[in-house]
Amino acid sequence: MFDLDLWREIFQSINMNRTRSLLSGFTVAFAILLFTVLFAIANGLQNTFSEAFVDEAANSIFIKSGRTTKAHKGLQAGRRIQFKNEDFDYVKEEFGDKVEFITARIYKNVNATYKNEQSTYPLRAVHPDHQFLEKTLIQSGRYINQNDLDNNTKSVVIGRLVEEDLFIKKEALGKYINLNGIPYKVVGVFHDDGGDNEERIIYMPVTTAQRIYGNNDYINQINLTYNPEMDYDQALSFSTLLTKKLKNRFSIAKNDQRAVRVRNMAQGTKAISQMSFGLTIIILVIGFGTLIAGIVGISNIMIFIVKERTKEIGIRKALGASPKSIVSIILIESILITAIAGYIGLLIGVGVLELVGPSLEDYFIKDPGVSNSLVIGATATLIIAGAIAGYLPAKKASKIKPIIALRND
Amino acid sequence: MLKINQLHKSYAIGDSSLHVLKGIDLSVDKGEMVAIMGSSGSGKSTLLNIIGMLDEADSGDYILDELPIKDLTEKKAAVYRNRFLGFIFQSFNLINYKTAVENVALPLYYQGMKRKERHELAMFHLGKVGLADWAKHLPKELSGGQKQRVAIARALAANPKLLLADEPTGALDTKTSHEIMEFIQSLNDEGKTILMVTHEEDIANMCKRIVRLRDGVIMEDKRVEQIRAEQYV
Ligand SMILES: Nc1ncnc2c1ncn2[C@@H]1O[C@H](COP(=O)(O)OP(=O)(O)O)[C@@H](O)[C@H]1O
Ligand SMILES: [Mg+2]
Repeated sequence: MFDLDLWREIFQSINMNRTRSLLSGFTVAFAILLFTVLFAIANGLQNTFSEAFVDEAANSIFIKSGRTTKAHKGLQAGRRIQFKNEDFDYVKEEFGDKVEFITARIYKNVNATYKNEQSTYPLRAVHPDHQFLEKTLIQSGRYINQNDLDNNTKSVVIGRLVEEDLFIKKEALGKYINLNGIPYKVVGVFHDDGGDNEERIIYMPVTTAQRIYGNNDYINQINLTYNPEMDYDQALSFSTLLTKKLKNRFSIAKNDQRAVRVRNMAQGTKAISQMSFGLTIIILVIGFGTLIAGIVGISNIMIFIVKERTKEIGIRKALGASPKSIVSIILIESILITAIAGYIGLLIGVGVLELVGPSLEDYFIKDPGVSNSLVIGATATLIIAGAIAGYLPAKKASKIKPIIALRND
Repeated sequence: MLKINQLHKSYAIGDSSLHVLKGIDLSVDKGEMVAIMGSSGSGKSTLLNIIGMLDEADSGDYILDELPIKDLTEKKAAVYRNRFLGFIFQSFNLINYKTAVENVALPLYYQGMKRKERHELAMFHLGKVGLADWAKHLPKELSGGQKQRVAIARALAANPKLLLADEPTGALDTKTSHEIMEFIQSLNDEGKTILMVTHEEDIANMCKRIVRLRDGVIMEDKRVEQIRAEQYV
């Protein structure tokens, strides 16, 4: 199969006809360059989208309350719905193993001081499950646990940046931090992939917060994740049922959209995956479009080359070249030019991305890049593309009749 | 060596057809040197191309060295051309980006000969036409006569049974023509069978036999006293 002489013939022909080789190579290089950059940009957009959601589990459901907008069962509109511990327990009991993790949330803002440092942070009073819902990663110490809840301990878990702000390069774990004048023991420090704001939060047990802020059993919000084995439709009907039961429990009209609000992340996730899918399709269409344009371009140039080389091909045939050897010459030349030029285009594309990639983050394009498998795939595609591009011209060349080619006039 | 019987050939031109060869009978023995003559458009090249398997006859028989040449596949025709035939053209038909020696080696490449061997053989033939020193030159650096010598060396490289020349001196001045003819005569002296198309009487008279075409048939076929070219050189 490997015929050194054939390759020598081809290299000579490429080398001796540099202009036309460059010309045909340029088309392909440009097409691949374009493809690489487009592909990477699309990849970057996708990265941005998926990043926006790494913070929360994809199977999360958030339950919030508000005021009623419709009168119902003799109750007036404008009534305020307030969740309490019993509502949290109700959801937990009622839905059993459909619920994976569940937590209440109470929101406050606190003024935190340690020695001479002080700053204001959002406070979240939660159940232990909250750690898994928010994908909080413990860096040292531990998270809020059941014991904290049972005993209303004055324990807090603080974000990495809270430690950095207030403890200035010293270990916060085990120290006491002052929140609105009350000292709490730091039992854990966490970090979070969701960005800086997520690392400037303080967590405390929900029961402690209820005791200290108003001595009631109010909660602001209930977060849960549904059983991950549920599919999209099951997840949706679960949240529909949840909404219905809660509205019933608080005597809220069916069509009241504000009193109890259940947000199911599955919908968002589905929208994102559909968007990603759409984006992938667009990439593929654009990618194949440019690739086909490249193939057509090189094919045209190769046909032109064959026309230009008609006489030479006639001479070769008169000297005993078989049709197969003529096909090989044209086909391999086409593949070679396509592959080399395409590779150059790819390298330039990757180079451009390296250079401008980081500055694109402002435009929602994060880490634009092409994977190794794509590079390998593209190389294979280029070889195939070269073969397709060369096929017609090669066929044309092999059909050239030597007498026609050699006619003197 | 070669026997042709009732050979016909016509070309389609638009709706009508041009009957170029209307029943040619011709046989050539080994070692002959034949000139094919006739006015322009009389079908000389057509006949030579059919003999050279570059074109196909419509009807009639053609036997080359006891091998019937009929309905050849492209592949087979390529092999026959390579093994049996050497071509010399009026316009030389060298490949312009290949050096003299590479041009001469090309038929050997298509024979599947190894690179080193074919280079040596090509150099030998270049030496025979007196161009060993020009081996590395491209065709554009050679004179017309030198180009035709390279073409002759190429035609000889594969040691063909039959040498076909279509107006080999048509593009050359008289002096160079005579030099080329002298060389072709020496090849014939060594026993090579040669068929040559020409429309120049003095060139034809340097062959041993003249076949005249007119209106698609052989009008005259006679042996002549060969005029040696060296006396003019
Ligand atoms: N491929 C072709 N198609 C159509 N007509 C052709 C073709 N080749 C040759 N002819 C015609 O056939 C006639 C003989 O051509 P040719 O053999 O080249 O003549 P000569 O070589 O004797 O000058 C001419 O009229 C020429 O125009
Ligand atoms: Mg002619």
